[in-house]
Amino acid sequence: MLKITDLHAEVDGKPILKGLNLEVGSGEVHAIMGPNGSGKSTLCQVLAGRDGYQVTSGSVSFEGQDLLAMAPEIRAREGLLLAFQYPVEIPGVKNVYLLKAAYNAQREHRGEPEVDAFEFLQLLRERTRIMKMDESFLHRGVNEGFSGGEKKRNEILQMLVLEPKLALLDETDSGLDIDALKVVSEGVNTLRGEDRSVVLVTHYQRLLDHIVPDFVHVLSDGRIIKSGDKSLALELEANGYQNVVEAA
Amino acid sequence: MATSQSEVEKLVHREYKHGFVTDIEQETLPPGLDEGVIRTISAFKGEPEFMREWRLSAFRHWQTMSEPSWAHVSYPPLDFQSISYYSAPKTREQIEAEAPKSLDEVDPKLLETYDKLGIPLHERARLAGVAVDAVFDSVSVATTYKDKLSEHGIIFCSFSEAVREHPELVRKYLGTVVPPGDNFYASLNSAVFSDGSFVFVPKGVRCPMELSTYFRINASNTGQFERTLIVAEEGAYVSYLEGCTAPMRDENQLHAAVVELVALEGAEIKYSTVQNWYPGDEEGRGGIYNFVTKRGECRGDNSKIAWTQVEAGSAITWKYPSCVLKGDNSVGEFYSVAVGNNCQQIDSGTKMIHIGRNTRSTIISKGISAGRANNAYRGLVKVLPTAKGARNYTQCDSLLMGDQCGAHTYPYIEVREPSAQVEHEATTSKIGDDQIFYLLQRGLSEEDAVNMIVSGFCKEVFSELPMEFAVEAQALLAVTLEGAVG
Repeated sequence: MLKITDLHAEVDGKPILKGLNLEVGSGEVHAIMGPNGSGKSTLCQVLAGRDGYQVTSGSVSFEGQDLLAMAPEIRAREGLLLAFQYPVEIPGVKNVYLLKAAYNAQREHRGEPEVDAFEFLQLLRERTRIMKMDESFLHRGVNEGFSGGEKKRNEILQMLVLEPKLALLDETDSGLDIDALKVVSEGVNTLRGEDRSVVLVTHYQRLLDHIVPDFVHVLSDGRIIKSGDKSLALELEANGYQNVVEAA
Repeated sequence: MATSQSEVEKLVHREYKHGFVTDIEQETLPPGLDEGVIRTISAFKGEPEFMREWRLSAFRHWQTMSEPSWAHVSYPPLDFQSISYYSAPKTREQIEAEAPKSLDEVDPKLLETYDKLGIPLHERARLAGVAVDAVFDSVSVATTYKDKLSEHGIIFCSFSEAVREHPELVRKYLGTVVPPGDNFYASLNSAVFSDGSFVFVPKGVRCPMELSTYFRINASNTGQFERTLIVAEEGAYVSYLEGCTAPMRDENQLHAAVVELVALEGAEIKYSTVQNWYPGDEEGRGGIYNFVTKRGECRGDNSKIAWTQVEAGSAITWKYPSCVLKGDNSVGEFYSVAVGNNCQQIDSGTKMIHIGRNTRSTIISKGISAGRANNAYRGLVKVLPTAKGARNYTQCDSLLMGDQCGAHTYPYIEVREPSAQVEHEATTSKIGDDQIFYLLQRGLSEEDAVNMIVSGFCKEVFSELPMEFAVEAQALLAVTLEGAVG
């Protein structure tokens, strides 16, 4: 699904990723943990193709294709979705309108006809229920006046509608209360499947109680310094990053 | 990714999509302006004496006036003697004698022009149930659905025709909202106005369809001076749509229109505009100067006038559609989207003059600036001592795209009645890279992303437009801002 090889990237001339290697197979859930400033968010932005995040060397292949050669919107249409840490507000643009435009952009990319409005509404309703969101959310401006938790739910709703092959969740759990965390986790778990992969970036192990990862990686100073199974997350929770960082 | 400045420059360099000239024989007066020219125009149009005298007195007044210079716009001085003040398609005899009774009689080339503009007159008129009084250059050449309207006693015709057929109505209302000496350009218009539209909706009648006029400036180097007068009698309702687009050319073209609206007791007039005149090339050369006076008077109690405008074209826009709220409980509304790209200059806004008791006004202004455009909102809210309980709400938002454009806000508030409530809110924002990236990450193209953000910004105004017009306005915005990402 995703293969990152010796990835180096910088922001404003400052190296952040320094030789990162990561392989995510089909159907796998990977958690990336690490101290502040280790490059977790940078990794997400680089994979999504954000301007200003310069890849200086290394390669990323996504389903056998050169991901870094694709424009950000093409990466999205190919099935890479980033659930943002801080989703932006787009005032006046209805949620449902964005969802439909995004859904159709993907379909067009695959050479499929535009979705029937009625069918799409059915799909939306069903997904909205999974996220325990009121339907009125669909008719509000994108993230406009949403609370932090509502914004995160909205990200996962978009993910459920767009059904990405690879979902990158950038600290989706931050700012969520325990109930919201459960709902968001349920959403992610709904998406899990043989042909879909998830990369979770998180500070806390509590998210991993709900979305159980197949692999846990520790990112420090732009490189993955340790990988393991879910027990690694528990170890980190108990002992902090320091020990792992020093051991590496 | 294409959010860099150079990319903006590249994408902003688009050509005006409606740039072409229709080859129709023109009858045009030589350039110049004096009383003789005005007498000739009046004679060409077979006007009664009162009309001619009205023009002449306006002209004499105009000669004592000087061009206003307070607006936040700059342009080389205009030479009013180098402008031709009258131009008619084909010959006067043909127009007088063979004014088309139906679309079949309209010059096919003219219809072709409309097609190029995406305004299929026949389809629009028949399928959409819209009566179109098409002003091509200075003379109206097609009026549809007249019969159906006349069943209701509604008059919808060219201004010239109204002067001929309904002189008593024209005389009664003309210049009562915008007096001939109102301002420099309104005076000029009063002296030389070529044609325009006249609408009269009698007492208690609700106009059964949207009335629509498409303006078009087509004669080279010809100033165009439209005159529109809309009267809604007691309890009447009318919605009027005005949309424009113009061919590409080199000379600056002055356009100084006057629109007057009169709403008697309990009447309501909705006036919607989509303006897309040639904005000039990337340096602003050759674009239209749009110096327009639009004003409505809520003359009767409980009357309402709403202006909705989408201003996308012209090199310079100088325009303040206003409401004089004379009647008690009368309501004035102004919803505006003004978008400028390249070197466009916009100084636009509204005036709400509260005179009657419990009068209310709402101003929603959305300014979008891209390229090197300058966009100024200038608005006056004036509450006179007679306007007990008057209320105004003003919201003025500016959106900037790129770092070479400008947004300016000049609100003037004069309140002379202590019970009045006046609120003003203003915001300025930039289309954020983070907003665009968010939408790209959802698979939208950059252009779609910008259009979506801009449409969202303008939503409160678009929702006031009649349905088909809203679609057109959205498309127009997309064309105007094609790629202008900052």
